[in-house]
Amino acid sequence: MENPLITEPLFSIGPVPITAPVLGTWAIMAVLMAGALWLRRRLTSQPDRVQTVAELLVTTLDGQIRDTMRRDPAPYRSLIGAIFVFVLVANWSSLIPGMEPPTAHIETDAALALIVFVATVYFGVKTQGLRRYLASFAEPSWVMIPLNIVEQITRTFSLIVRLFGNVMSGVFVIGIVLSLAGLFLPIPLMALDLLTGAVQAYIFAVLATVFIGSAVEGGHAPSAAEKQESSS
Amino acid sequence: MTADLVQVVSILSAALAVGFGALGPALAEGRAVAAAMEAIARQPEAAGTLSRTLFVGLAMIETTAIYALVVALLVLFANPFV
Repeated sequence: MENPLITEPLFSIGPVPITAPVLGTWAIMAVLMAGALWLRRRLTSQPDRVQTVAELLVTTLDGQIRDTMRRDPAPYRSLIGAIFVFVLVANWSSLIPGMEPPTAHIETDAALALIVFVATVYFGVKTQGLRRYLASFAEPSWVMIPLNIVEQITRTFSLIVRLFGNVMSGVFVIGIVLSLAGLFLPIPLMALDLLTGAVQAYIFAVLATVFIGSAVEGGHAPSAAEKQESSS
Repeated sequence: MTADLVQVVSILSAALAVGFGALGPALAEGRAVAAAMEAIARQPEAAGTLSRTLFVGLAMIETTAIYALVVALLVLFANPFV
């Protein structure tokens, strides 16, 4: 059986080996970029069908960010939105015959989670200043400093493993079922995979929002009770 | 002979890890969903907030099962003793 933790390089540019997930990532980025540029060119004040859908997406995204962070969503919209759309398209790209979703390999997820980690530190330092951001690690008392630092690392790691495990296990199960029984049996599993992919993209984006929100606020992530208060 | 034994033990332990690792999160997710259902039934207007919090919580719980899966995969495919 194929080892899901190792990827074979397809070809190499100079000393850099290029694997299939990297090619898939480039293709997805090119498609998203072309779509975004095409949408921007045809923006009008009387929106047609495509523009209405895009505006609906952006409004929903803004609402989610505002509910979670209780702040103006403008500085975070592009990052969170790009992460959400990219992970969603990458998870659903398994529908294209012969393509394996790039998120089914741990390197892609590690790159995404590292982006979230760097963004957390960046937004924390930018809104609070370096001193206050570092001081927020000593909340509620200095005893918690090692725990808070470890928390930063483990939650990034769990972000990687969660996305990797969910997408990879979907691909794996479909491969096993396909090798056991013909054509039609994997189809319901593929439908389930679509649902898992969408939920995981949503969760990745929400967790990125929660992490950035907690770094920006200085204390801990807003608890469920606080969230409920803010939205009602 | 020893290599064969290591492989047999690896496969067994991978199956055990996933099997037992899935037990706890399954029970926990059941409890979480039950509590959320009760809350939605009592307060249907808060369904949006509740389901968002529920999804994030379920993802957190599910991570423990995924950890077990990753350990099983490590044992199967990246075993240092084979």
